[in-house]
Amino acid sequence: MNKSSSMNTLKKVLRLIRRYRIQVFFSIFLSAVSMILQLYVPILFGEAIDHISAAGADPKYFVGILMKIVIVVLIYAFASWLMNLVNNHITYGVVEDLRKKAIRKIQDLPLSFLDQHSTGDIVGRVIADADQLSDGLLLGFSQLFSGIVTIFVTLYFMFSKSISITLMVLVMTPISFLVARFIASRSYTMFAKQSETRGKQTGLINEMIGNEKIVKAFAREDRASQRFASINKELQKYSQSAVFFSSLTNPATRAVNNVIYALVALVGSMKIMSGTLSVGGLTVLLSYANQYMKPFNDISSVVTELQNSLACAARVFELIEEEAQTPDPDRQLKADRGEIGIDHVYFSYDKKQKLIEDFSFHADPGMTVAIVGPTGSGKTTFINLLMRFYDVDEGKICIDDQDINEVSRKSLRRHYGMVLQDTWLKNASVRENIAIGRPDASDEEIIEAARRAHSYEFIRRMPEGLDTIIDDDSLSQGQKQLLCITRVMLCMPPMLILDEATSSIDTRTEVLIQQAFGKLMEGRTSFIVAHRLSTIRNADQILVMCSGKIIEQGSHEELMKKNGFYTKLYESQFAKAD
Amino acid sequence: MCYDLDSMRKLYPYLKGYLTESILAPSFKLLEALMDLLVPLVVAHIINNGIGMNDQNVIIRSFIFLIVLAVLGMLFSFTAQFFAAKASVGFASGLRQSLFDHIQSLSYSELDELGTDTLITRMTSDINQLQTGLNLSLRLLLRSPFIVFGAMIMAFTIDVRLAIIFAVTIPLLSLVVFAIMLKSIPLFEKVQIALDRLLGMTREDLTGVRVIRAFCKEEDEIRQFDELSEDLTMMNRKVGRLSALMNPLTYVIVNMATVLLIYCGAIRVGNGLLSQGDVVALYNYMAQIIIELIKLASLIITINRSLACGRRVSSLFEISSRMKYQNDHVEEKDDRCAVVFDHVSFAYNGSGAEAISDVDFRVDKGQTVGIIGGTGCGKSTIIGLIPRFYDCSKGTVYVNGTDVREYPKKQLIGKIGIVPQKAVLFEGTIRDNLLWGNEDATEEEMNKALEDAQAAEIIAQKEDGLGSLVEQGGRNFSGGQRQRLTIARALVRRPEILIMDDSASALDFATDYRLRKAISGFKDMTVFIVSQRTSSIRDADLILVMDDGKIVGQGRHEQLLKDCAVYQEIYYSQFPEERKNNTEVFACE
Repeated sequence: MNKSSSMNTLKKVLRLIRRYRIQVFFSIFLSAVSMILQLYVPILFGEAIDHISAAGADPKYFVGILMKIVIVVLIYAFASWLMNLVNNHITYGVVEDLRKKAIRKIQDLPLSFLDQHSTGDIVGRVIADADQLSDGLLLGFSQLFSGIVTIFVTLYFMFSKSISITLMVLVMTPISFLVARFIASRSYTMFAKQSETRGKQTGLINEMIGNEKIVKAFAREDRASQRFASINKELQKYSQSAVFFSSLTNPATRAVNNVIYALVALVGSMKIMSGTLSVGGLTVLLSYANQYMKPFNDISSVVTELQNSLACAARVFELIEEEAQTPDPDRQLKADRGEIGIDHVYFSYDKKQKLIEDFSFHADPGMTVAIVGPTGSGKTTFINLLMRFYDVDEGKICIDDQDINEVSRKSLRRHYGMVLQDTWLKNASVRENIAIGRPDASDEEIIEAARRAHSYEFIRRMPEGLDTIIDDDSLSQGQKQLLCITRVMLCMPPMLILDEATSSIDTRTEVLIQQAFGKLMEGRTSFIVAHRLSTIRNADQILVMCSGKIIEQGSHEELMKKNGFYTKLYESQFAKAD
Repeated sequence: MCYDLDSMRKLYPYLKGYLTESILAPSFKLLEALMDLLVPLVVAHIINNGIGMNDQNVIIRSFIFLIVLAVLGMLFSFTAQFFAAKASVGFASGLRQSLFDHIQSLSYSELDELGTDTLITRMTSDINQLQTGLNLSLRLLLRSPFIVFGAMIMAFTIDVRLAIIFAVTIPLLSLVVFAIMLKSIPLFEKVQIALDRLLGMTREDLTGVRVIRAFCKEEDEIRQFDELSEDLTMMNRKVGRLSALMNPLTYVIVNMATVLLIYCGAIRVGNGLLSQGDVVALYNYMAQIIIELIKLASLIITINRSLACGRRVSSLFEISSRMKYQNDHVEEKDDRCAVVFDHVSFAYNGSGAEAISDVDFRVDKGQTVGIIGGTGCGKSTIIGLIPRFYDCSKGTVYVNGTDVREYPKKQLIGKIGIVPQKAVLFEGTIRDNLLWGNEDATEEEMNKALEDAQAAEIIAQKEDGLGSLVEQGGRNFSGGQRQRLTIARALVRRPEILIMDDSASALDFATDYRLRKAISGFKDMTVFIVSQRTSSIRDADLILVMDDGKIVGQGRHEQLLKDCAVYQEIYYSQFPEERKNNTEVFACE
């Protein structure tokens, strides 16, 4: 990430925090107060120690100064507690705001964006990157600030005790940095090798354990173990070096610190003997010399953390600032006939690669339209356009003479019932999953729909019936499809889209479902995409698609008579084995 | 804690190999801590005997001593880090290898129970976390308490009366630190759960975006997300409020103790019982304690997390394969039957209902068997019993007249070539993948297998032929290509029994037909074909029709079409026009 884009991101982050500006100022104020007080305490102790002498102490003096210390400590504690609370409030508030923005954007992004980005990538932005932003950035801010305050206040107090010793400490400071840098550069190579090897190993684990049953079916367990062992040995070698080298930083910088400490003790005592420093002054300098390095180390790690956080922030902002889909017009679609006109439509996902060109088609109300064709011929694209998951590039699609681009998406989609090949279920109860389109449906209605979709059989057998919580993994593909069909059966929308809706259901159940659909489709305009030609034979119109174009069109009998592409497709599927 | 350690006993053996390192690492760490503990004494010596006696030599000698302490401390620490790295990485590597081997020894039942995701997490992140936890424990777990108690003991050697302040402060501090920590650990877990839920919800919203939009549920999803997100914020703030107390409280306690120390110290110095330098030393020891206690607290959080990982890994070792194999090669009985199911029933673990019940059939050597039926009717279960992936709960499965339980593993598996439903290839070359089927296969045998599997054209298109690269999972091949390559992998073994579990589903009918023709060329090979397509099995010598875990019909196509209702239904659902031609047959029955 270059400087200007980091600055840009930083500005956006600041804008995000603006809501909390009062808290931020409060936090900075508290941080300054608590830092100064914390650093003032050793000075007070130093003074008290100076007054200790064999000659006997003035108890009044001690009570006075010690009371002062108690008060300072209590104020410090209160301020730092308050600061922690405020920081907490800001941190978690900001990340929540950010996530809420992100999810709203996700619901409003064009599908083209979501289709092009992997789920893991976007989830990572909303969850992990947002977390890193809150952790890194805000902790970074507070630590950076308190670190700078500490350094200046420490230097001020140290200078006030002894200018020469403070200068000496200042000159020695870079040594510690150099040592840390030296070790870091050494361990970096080892870390790179470690993560490369670890990546290889994880790949192997995913491959072998992920397909353990196949490994066993071919009795390859020993071979798998051998392969694993060789990578594992390599990883052990690199890991050991990486872990060892990286763990040298702390002892090494601590040693440099200890040397500085010894020097302060040496020079300090010489100065006491020459009368330019007190014993209390020395204890102050020693305790500062001990903690003076800490903010330096902190700041260097905070800067890395900050850069890291900014990179993460940039990724979240990229998502939030992504262009939303075109705004919805207020007009609602009113369609009771279900007549669909597709008028010279052009569309492609990638503007360099033409897909649908000059596509025209007319579906009368109540017609069943089947779409067939080889993989990648544009069947699913066609449905994407009908539902307005994607907008056409040119031409228009009309329902009952209303251009679907001129009505709101919601009103359009409410007119369709859709079952996709790619079944999706929420991690929720069976009831919620079925009633997604009609949350107010009664149990009787849901059960009735389930019966018609032939899903009631297995729903009934589930441990808690309709209340059973399901997720994407707990059902077979066929059962999931049955639930998705039930969903549509419950809604009874005026138009239907079935995209390979029964591909994972065995052919017997499929026949039963088809009968149910047959009833449902009566009087409704419906589109069916299917692999199995047997499921589409009864359609009023069959569109045969190939590379984005309709190459044949007509009823089953008409197309068979043509003896063209459809006939070939049909025969290849039903070729007898003789 | 005791319970925790006991539940991890399976992990101890892996540490045993590094016993020396595991003892040396903390020992050197203690030596380093000792160097740290000496520093305040040296400073006291400088103040009392150097400055007090006006003796420059004492000061210079003490300075050199401090430098020596710093260098020694660093060397001790380096040594400790080395042993800690060696022990923890060695431990983790050994553990990882054993766990991998252990997983290899599990049978299908255990794999079903555990699930792939769990196994992979145990192998990767859990063991890495254990390595970090062990490394930190070896380095720091003993050091911090040592410094805390060491500081207290040092205090006692300086002045017993004032050391009592230490003796009171340390338990008080520990109480505060550990109380806050113990209270926040369960809260941290809750935060994690809330975060996981939010993550799941986001993932769901993305994978289901089409359905959500189709049903206009965007606002509902946003509302639910907001709820979960606010939940998480609340949990986070709760934990935050608790840990916000840690720093101010400990600071107050330590400084109050220091105030008391200086006050009493001043009186005792005034009475001539103590020197000024001694008070400074005690003051420095107090400062060391607080730093170490805070380090210890954050260390314990890490260790606690590692212990949880350790328990999970350990519990995996507790699960061992319930399937025992014979070691000795068995002499097979001479039997004309390749496979016999004798009243076999089987239920998967954890499900009460039987997946197949009372399945009874016999297959002659060289026959082709087709198995057909609806989703979840037990087709795959039947064929999983032949290579003994599972042990049946009732009845017996015989291969070549011998009970499958009497075979040693390799002898049984070696007879059988399997083409699994999921067409997966492994990273490497096509040759590597074919060698899975038969490690000694020659180039010629491989080419023959590819040809029979109708996969020769896939290789012909590639420049490197058999040496063409296969990416992980075989994702650089289409579904149909993968299926044909997995068929070739099974054929290269020249198995006595070939099992194809719905493994031609992505092939078009013409290729499927050519494939079956090629396979029927192997006269002495017994073939099992599981399919949903009647066209794939109609020529089989024996067709088993499954419904709800039972065989509802067995015989040849023509016969089943006459007398098996389920078969008729399946067949006519795929060839409806033949129903018309056969209505008379229906009418007769």
